[in-house]
Amino acid sequence: MIPYWPYFNKVFAMSPTMFLANADVRKVASLARLAMSEAEIETARSQLSGIFALIEEMQAVDTQGIEPMSHAQDVAQRLREDVVTETNQRELFQAIAPQVEAGLYLVPQVIE
Amino acid sequence: MQWEIVIGLEVHAQLSTGSKIFCGASTAFGAEPNTQADAVSLALPGVLPVLNRGAVERAIRFGLATGAHIAPRSVFARKNYFYPDLPKGYQISQFDLPVVGNGQLVIQVPAQDKSPAYEKVVRLTRAHLEEDAGKSLHEDFHGMTGIDLNRAGTPLLEIVSEPDMRSAAEAVAYAKALHSLVRWIGICDGNMQEGSFRCDANVSVRRPGAPLGTRREIKNLNSFRFLEQAINYEAQWQIDTLVNGGAIHQATVLFDPDKGETRMMRSKEEAHDYRYFPDPDLLPLEISEEWKAQVRATLPELPQAKQARYVGELGLSAYDASILTASREMADFFETALNPSPTLPLSGEGAVPTPLMTRGGREGFAGIEAKLCANWLIGEVSAQLNRDGLDMAQCPITGQQLGGMLQRISDGTISNSGAKEVFRTMWAEGGETDAIIESKGLKQVSDSGAIEALVDEIIAANSDKVAEYRSGKDKLFGFFVGLAMKASKGKANPAQLNEVLKRKLAG
Repeated sequence: MIPYWPYFNKVFAMSPTMFLANADVRKVASLARLAMSEAEIETARSQLSGIFALIEEMQAVDTQGIEPMSHAQDVAQRLREDVVTETNQRELFQAIAPQVEAGLYLVPQVIE
Repeated sequence: MQWEIVIGLEVHAQLSTGSKIFCGASTAFGAEPNTQADAVSLALPGVLPVLNRGAVERAIRFGLATGAHIAPRSVFARKNYFYPDLPKGYQISQFDLPVVGNGQLVIQVPAQDKSPAYEKVVRLTRAHLEEDAGKSLHEDFHGMTGIDLNRAGTPLLEIVSEPDMRSAAEAVAYAKALHSLVRWIGICDGNMQEGSFRCDANVSVRRPGAPLGTRREIKNLNSFRFLEQAINYEAQWQIDTLVNGGAIHQATVLFDPDKGETRMMRSKEEAHDYRYFPDPDLLPLEISEEWKAQVRATLPELPQAKQARYVGELGLSAYDASILTASREMADFFETALNPSPTLPLSGEGAVPTPLMTRGGREGFAGIEAKLCANWLIGEVSAQLNRDGLDMAQCPITGQQLGGMLQRISDGTISNSGAKEVFRTMWAEGGETDAIIESKGLKQVSDSGAIEALVDEIIAANSDKVAEYRSGKDKLFGFFVGLAMKASKGKANPAQLNEVLKRKLAG
């Protein structure tokens, strides 16, 4: 996880007393497409700040010479053979889609 | 004042697996929409990704072929953004621990205007595994967008170069070398129309020696021509902007092939904030030394090594060798033609090891000279392919067929003009050399008695010209050759005929 730490530092301007400002919470909420009320933002700010305090505490531990882990379990990825196992189940899947046409899932227009 | 253009390329090569990178849905191109979009491709709740061994093996092949570091342990990360053709809300990619790092690729930049051709080494920063997104169709669904998720989850290898290229020509040479390599080692079909090989170009300009300028990224260039046009336009635009006192701002741009210009897609301020983090659904990928060794054993001889061998062992020029190794199909065709009826199979069980292919030296196994073979391949075969708009894989004749014909040139059965006739017939109608020689009566007359008799006749019938020749009019020699060839219906062995004519005319 260590390599990601600079990223968090960059996103959230840190101060010793208050880790996060409401503006930071609004930004991550908007990136995650979450609609939040002012009250919810305040709650999230306080909870997230608590998490950051915990992270800071962990950062203080001396990890010199310890290899960083990238997963909580120290095991390796199992692989599957390159074989096609899935069959066409389009009708089944599209039965629960709000709108389909010509085999396509229809969504509100998006043009970047 | 001089400007230097600095280019780095990011290439997305679609890996040629049968199934997707994290699930068992098919990757076949051109299927009916969403018929290859299973529960994992659709990101239905509760599904989990399981990594495809074939995709990893292809990444290893690439790493080995570019002399890169293959990470014994690499990690998959989530790249978060919202778009309807990405149903999970994140793309599984690799971030700070990619599977391949620090490789290199040798490129051949062709001669241009007054500058000669040259070779250059381009450094590869990294190559990482990731999944492709689906496709959005914006046209005509009553103001809605149609989503096809067949492509979602197709394995990609994103290959990132260092900013080592200094002209559009170098960028194109790099893209072509990479395109040739991924096909050569069988990890990507290289079909650019179908989007199997897509280039993004990072372009900046600076004064020579100055620090790197601000770059703009041109997205989704799907042909070498567009790559060249887009870079040239973009570099000139940046130079003009700076010369006129403007500044370059980091941005993503798109190339419009109709107008031949680049235009802004999004600026740095609007740029995505991807919030990468390690994907908890996927454990670290481990690649052992044993696995690497197994993959290494299945790698074909690489273009660079082949080129060196063609020059060193077969005595070909560097130019010929580079053309013959431009694609795997070309090199295979050449080697088959040079050795048309091998005693050992060329591939599979008990195959002749590649270094042994040339144990016949410059004449190969079948007494065919490498240079003769190269000339036919680079000359007639390539010219015919061009004329018919075909590529090497679609060539109507095989290496065996060409080799059979070359054998008949080498052993004197047919002359060069006879060979051209055989070649034309073979190309249009198929067939084997010996049968064509027989049916068209192309066998050379090498019987010295017959040639002497023929020459005697001509000398007797043209005594005036013979006298002129003997009095010093050397140019008449061609006239006698023409007459003799005509009399033999073009079948006289030219070398023999020349020799006999010269002797008899001398008197």
